Amino acid sequence: MSATMRRRGAALLVGGVAASMLLAACGGSSSSSESTAAASAEPAASVAAGCEAYAAYGSQPGTKVTVFTSILPPEQQKFEDAWKQFESCTGIDIVYEGSDQFEAQLPTRIAGGNAPDIAFIPQPGLLAKLVQAGGPVAAPQSVVDNVDKYWNPAWKNYGTVDGTFYAAPLGSNMKSFVWYSPKKFAEWGITVPTTWDELFAASDKIAKAGVKPWCGGIESGGATGWPATDWLEQIVLRQSGGEVYDKWVNHEITFQSPEITKAMDTLAAWMKNPAYVNGGFGDVKTIATTAFQDAGGPILKGDCAMLQQASFYANFWENFKPGTTIAEDGDVFAFYLPAIDDAVAANPVVGGGEFVTAFADRPEVAAAQTFLSSAEFATAKVALGTWVSANSGVPLDTYSNPIDKLSAQYLTDPNGTFRFDASDLMPAAVGAGAEWKELTAWFAEDKSTKDVLAAIDAAWPAS
Amino acid sequence: MDELVNGLSKVGNALAAVAIVLAILLIVFFLASRAKGRAQGPIAGVVFLGPAVLLLIYGLVVPAFRTTAGSFQDANGKEFVGLANFGWIFTAPGNSTFLINTVLWIIIAPVLSTALGLTLALLLDRMKRESISKSLIFMPMAISFVGAGIIWGLVYEYRDPAQPQVGLLSQVVMWLGVDDPPNWLLWQPFNNFLLMIIMIWIQVGFAMVVLSAAIKAIPGDVIEASELDGATGWKQFSKVTIPMIRGTLIVVLTTIMIAVLKIFDIVRTMTNGNFGTQVVANEMYAQSFVAFDVGRGSALAVVLFLGVTPIIIYNVIQLRKERSVR
Repeated sequence: MSATMRRRGAALLVGGVAASMLLAACGGSSSSSESTAAASAEPAASVAAGCEAYAAYGSQPGTKVTVFTSILPPEQQKFEDAWKQFESCTGIDIVYEGSDQFEAQLPTRIAGGNAPDIAFIPQPGLLAKLVQAGGPVAAPQSVVDNVDKYWNPAWKNYGTVDGTFYAAPLGSNMKSFVWYSPKKFAEWGITVPTTWDELFAASDKIAKAGVKPWCGGIESGGATGWPATDWLEQIVLRQSGGEVYDKWVNHEITFQSPEITKAMDTLAAWMKNPAYVNGGFGDVKTIATTAFQDAGGPILKGDCAMLQQASFYANFWENFKPGTTIAEDGDVFAFYLPAIDDAVAANPVVGGGEFVTAFADRPEVAAAQTFLSSAEFATAKVALGTWVSANSGVPLDTYSNPIDKLSAQYLTDPNGTFRFDASDLMPAAVGAGAEWKELTAWFAEDKSTKDVLAAIDAAWPAS
Repeated sequence: MDELVNGLSKVGNALAAVAIVLAILLIVFFLASRAKGRAQGPIAGVVFLGPAVLLLIYGLVVPAFRTTAGSFQDANGKEFVGLANFGWIFTAPGNSTFLINTVLWIIIAPVLSTALGLTLALLLDRMKRESISKSLIFMPMAISFVGAGIIWGLVYEYRDPAQPQVGLLSQVVMWLGVDDPPNWLLWQPFNNFLLMIIMIWIQVGFAMVVLSAAIKAIPGDVIEASELDGATGWKQFSKVTIPMIRGTLIVVLTTIMIAVLKIFDIVRTMTNGNFGTQVVANEMYAQSFVAFDVGRGSALAVVLFLGVTPIIIYNVIQLRKERSVR
């Protein structure tokens, strides 16, 4: 009891500070209307100063919402900062728990009757699996409204299982990037390629200069192989378009189909081409033993020119050389992996993200879920840095770093062909099992394309 | 401040809970000690064994039955599929890799660990400052399999021969004059042996310490008698020492065998079962927690269980024999 009282005291204090920050942030005429609203509020009113934006979520002091996620510190702190004001205004205590064994622990916890209230699920395939087994509860109408308002319909689709909408997207990452060194590109006399043909003309030119143009690494502990699935997805979407991509995800066409086989051949001519890879590490096979975190290192030394990796790779450059600048004129930057044919897929983007799934329908859980799908939360979280949301309610100017801004620009592009990472959508036995394993064997053991594709198809669950 | 108060109150709660449990236990023990006469024995048994038995049933026996039941069910644990999961284990193409590898592990790693441990025990037996060398050899035993995996991962790391080397093994081999060392972890089928070396590195200390103690326990008069009969060197070792420590040898061998049958951490950290190094335990984890196929995962667990059981039984019988001899 007394703990709650203390909490409320602190909440008022935080609320006050937050209110002044909010006022400062708003600026102009809106700030005056805000301040009058705050001033006119009666002392006994249920809405505390600075909490107007949170009035819709109600006041539910003493309640607790547990959140389980695979996102670990230091990112955890930014989440807690982003919802601090929500907590103090509504009285809902959001308890954050991160685990690097998230995918394994979540189903176990649900089966053990110890499900969290909310989980940030990074794989729609896992969401579908959980819905089948029972656990997730359908999203409240307020969340549906937010998603309809702010997200590309493709995203809503990915939070829907069997016609019921469960989970709103949270963070997003953009996977269609190629990392490069602007300085080295200038040395080699190469401009950033804007078409697929230019990309490979540039690769040939760099190869002629005696440098392997591409580097790659797919070693990732228990998830070894995932970067290779991304490469394949980029090609499938660019070469055959969104419809074929969706059919592939739904197993309406198999891995052995002509489209996917063609994409594998294209990938073989790119990342399995001994003239192109593996800059700084050795032969093609070293792709299988190089940690994906290490793969970009040679770019800074000029032993390799390009790495196809997601936006979050921005976090790794500091490990290779402290003080590495990520900018168009800096040590390293990324360009958009060009489309192959605009008629097939315009501005194709493969991306990923987490989905806020609830396992309880208590009012405080619904309130937290709604808040997490709002533009206010996304903007607050984006302002804290190194995080991207596909929520179109976030002004692009909020992004402080150029890579995040570039990612958001492509992720919210209304004309873009966005597709979710296919391996995350397929049943885990394929997307997190056979595909990782077989593509690793494709690189490491030079297993034939035909055998690799047949083995992945064979792993597809019967039901 | 708030957090500190919260934290302190949590600690307080925990302490209170511990105190209550202790109080209940004290009362139970007190009441049990008051029991007199014929009931005394059985009551003491229930009081002392009861909690442990309950926990064992809940934590070990029940899961074992549930896993066995799960092995006859489909991926979601909903429908009965008979022996389909076991059929998949022994017939699916590609599965022979982890079956063969597990057999190789069970035979090679324990035999080499024990042989090496025995050799070291004999050599160190005659050395000065025996304890220092023994401690050094025993030390890897204190390192977890995952830690060892990471350490040896650095040893086996591959770089193009033209680049500065990161891996110790590659560099040593290059100093010895091999210009183009292989990418060790991809070097099939030898990569399996490279992983086994890690296991041996850890287990050899255990084997050495136990066997050394057994050798020292051989009565001096036996050795003396054999020397009087003219046995020396190899003959003494094979005809006297080995038979005298036979029981210990078998216990060491089977103990390591059980550890090896469950081997999971090393394979998972080094290769995750890729490059033809998969073993049953890691496949079990992959099926259960990566592919979420509970049926196949459970079936693999049952196979492991059935594989370990005879070794454990043999091990226990040998231990009993040892004790009865002493």
